[in-house]
Amino acid sequence: MSDTKKMNLTLRVWRQKGSQQSGSFKEYLAKDVSPDDSFLEMLDQVNEQLISKGEDPIAFDHDCREGICGSCGFMINGNAHGPQKSTTVCQLHMRQFSDGDVLNLEPWRAAAFPVIKDLMVDRSAFDRIIKSGGYISVNTGNAPDGNALPIPKVNADEAFSSAACIGCGACVASCKNASAALFTSAKVTHLLSVPQGQVERERRVLSMVETMDAEGFGACSSTGSCSASCPKDISLVNIAKMNKEYLKAAFNKKPETNLEEGV
Amino acid sequence: MLNFFKSSVGKKYLMGLSGLVWAGFVAGHMAGNMTIFISKEAYNAYGHAIVSNKLLLYGTEGALIWALITHVVCAISLSFSNKKSKGAVHGGSPNGSKGANLGSTWMAIQGSVVLAFVILHLATFKYGTHYETTVDGVVMRDLAKLMIEVFQQPGYIAWYVVSLILLGIHLSHGVRSIFQSFGLLHPAYQPIIRKAAIGYSVVVAGGFLSQPIFVFLMN
Ligand code: HEM
Ligand code: FES
Repeated sequence: MSDTKKMNLTLRVWRQKGSQQSGSFKEYLAKDVSPDDSFLEMLDQVNEQLISKGEDPIAFDHDCREGICGSCGFMINGNAHGPQKSTTVCQLHMRQFSDGDVLNLEPWRAAAFPVIKDLMVDRSAFDRIIKSGGYISVNTGNAPDGNALPIPKVNADEAFSSAACIGCGACVASCKNASAALFTSAKVTHLLSVPQGQVERERRVLSMVETMDAEGFGACSSTGSCSASCPKDISLVNIAKMNKEYLKAAFNKKPETNLEEGV
Repeated sequence: MLNFFKSSVGKKYLMGLSGLVWAGFVAGHMAGNMTIFISKEAYNAYGHAIVSNKLLLYGTEGALIWALITHVVCAISLSFSNKKSKGAVHGGSPNGSKGANLGSTWMAIQGSVVLAFVILHLATFKYGTHYETTVDGVVMRDLAKLMIEVFQQPGYIAWYVVSLILLGIHLSHGVRSIFQSFGLLHPAYQPIIRKAAIGYSVVVAGGFLSQPIFVFLMN
């Protein structure tokens, strides 16, 4: 192992017991941190010390720790997932920081994402947006053979890059308006780019935008912070596509084809 | 349809459309005012031609009043609801490579200054002192005289400089944003749109600023 220099950092962590309680920042020392530690490993070590002292460990969400599940995420000095671009906080390493740094750790801030505890927020509003239209309900049968359904490469690429969204919520947290436009539009564009998504396209966009607004997310101001903070680099072009799709759907009201009722 | 205008996306279409009306107007207004560089007579004749064409005058005024009211009403409504969406407590804002530029996050402040500017500007010129002059035998309003009079005051020029720079910043973000709001963004054109929006704003703000400064220095 290389003889990398250990560092000491000061963490100012948002502590909040529950959604009904009010929270505040508390200071902790993270000692002897290796630059090779991931950010979450560093927090694990701080938590072990807290537990050994009989204190309540800092709650934060995580699961895969390899940047694919979208569970993790909090603000580090105002930036969602920390300062490094295209990275989830579980994939962020302490070599991004220097000895003596003071880091403010905060949960995602959005009225639609109430704090559950400390750095954990309730992101079920995202699930409700998906539930309102982010799916295909046409029966597509068993899994078809690869390439049985020809899709032009540009469309496939587009669908894949939009589908890369892991739903972590960094876009909402980075937005001054707590807008979910990037998340919602990534889902809309993903399904819009493939043939299976065509049947319900109008209903989908109308109902997902409606749910997004009803859940209390803000409007888009095109500041671009969402895309800049996105660990998967979801592009602002998705928002443009969603808006255009929404305009078309709103003014092109066809009689509802209600698939659920088999009509 | 009604739901469309109530939605966050629909409001952005209204915001963009009304912004576009004004963005088109300010470019035309700025270009027309360039006649002051030719002569006072040319400037007065240009102004007279516009007010004489009642269809053009009332049509433009109507569009501008509709757009201003729509823009300001949507701006107020969006600003309040966006604040509410963000929630009561929030700490640091994105910075460094993840940050947004101030031009885009301070739209409401820039807009409010522009609104004050528009009102004051109308009071000073449209509803200001009515001097008269005769150009080629036609009696018309001597706006050039009023303009020279107004722009002898350094305080007034300073206010113009501040307001027009803010208008330029507002436009540089706004015009770019329209492409996103209206769904006209395309990966290949993103950088060009950004540059064109900045270019347009610099021309409009710079053009408007050149006129009072020219008048101040020449008199
Ligand atoms: C000459 C006058 C003005 C022009 C040319 C103009 C232009 C624009 C444009 C093009 C946009 C972008 C719309 C979009 O994203 O689709 C915009 C946004 C905005 N304008 Fe203006 N505007 C003017 C005056 C004002 C005034 C008087 C106010 C407020 C009192 C205002 C407040 C705003 C705000 C708050 C936004 C951002 C909305 C958002 O973040 O969603 N503007 N403006
Ligand atoms: S824990 Fe799965 S993305 Fe970070």
